[in-house]
Amino acid sequence: MIRSDILKEIAPILREQMVVCNIGLPSQELHMIDDQPSNFYMLGTMGLSSSIGLGLALAQNKKVISIDGDGSVLTNFGTLPTIANNVADNYILLIIDNGSYGSTGDQPTYAGKKTSLTAVARACGCENVVEVAAKDTGKALQAAIDGDEMTIIVAKCESGNIKVPVITMDPVVIRDRFMKAVQA
Amino acid sequence: MSINTKIVGDLVANDISFVTTVPCKQLAGVIDEIDAHPDVLHIPSNKEDEGMGLCAGAWMGGKRPAIIMQNTAIGVTINTLATLIQYYRMPLPMLISYRGELREPVACQVEMAVHTKALLAQMNIPTYHFHTQSDADELDAILKYTFMCNKPVAILTDANFWGGYGDQ
Repeated sequence: MIRSDILKEIAPILREQMVVCNIGLPSQELHMIDDQPSNFYMLGTMGLSSSIGLGLALAQNKKVISIDGDGSVLTNFGTLPTIANNVADNYILLIIDNGSYGSTGDQPTYAGKKTSLTAVARACGCENVVEVAAKDTGKALQAAIDGDEMTIIVAKCESGNIKVPVITMDPVVIRDRFMKAVQA
Repeated sequence: MSINTKIVGDLVANDISFVTTVPCKQLAGVIDEIDAHPDVLHIPSNKEDEGMGLCAGAWMGGKRPAIIMQNTAIGVTINTLATLIQYYRMPLPMLISYRGELREPVACQVEMAVHTKALLAQMNIPTYHFHTQSDADELDAILKYTFMCNKPVAILTDANFWGGYGDQ
């Protein structure tokens, strides 16, 4: 399974939650598979999906899922200690770890080599870290939502991309409809 | 009233309830008061772009945010300011320690100080420079302005404002 297969499988679960989605292909794929006002698509700023999601979770009570990638977590490694030390039980960080920088042509990341993001998250103090195979992502995500406990899920999958259109929606529209969904 | 108490009082009076900080010696007293304030959620961050991500999320979640950082971080956060805070039109007061100005003892700090205002101007970021303590009288109006126009706004506070660095 590749990232878009995971997104297709978990789309019905995501639909009911506030979702902050990583820059590039992950946002474009989610937008194509199941566009929802409760999706915040990042059009720039690689690495901050987990930070935006944590800030959102700390500010209000609805469940928040940040969809991130291994490359993006590597570029904002400081996020993991911040998450660990500011526990928000309505927050789930889903790292889709395909071991490559997908949006830029599948160059390998260090997470696809010797570095385990699961081990790093635990070492940073995150208490509830689960690593799953791609096919088990939906089950792990639903369990995390039902568990009411801050969870980091590392879903291991294969690298690879599908053809998707870019998102042409205005960023202020994305943000405005997302804020209305948060307040609803 | 100390200047730290005045600054935090203005933040709270403007409903700012989520503050992320990166440590700074000059702003240490403000950071202490924020940490102790019952109406403010204080989330220290490891890098300023991470902090801006936290602020963006908090604002979309209904809390007014602010970030406390040093001017060297302008170099770290240009992309985040352009493609997150400005692109999605989000308000963000940035209370900034302006290192490398008059009375600065560390030469290297001057190297980013000389770029600070030029970078902020290039980014079209409204910028206010507090040089004497009475300049802080405008803080309340600056915060209201920030949340009126939904822009990042820089408040540079230099060593003279903080009373210098002591004997060094």
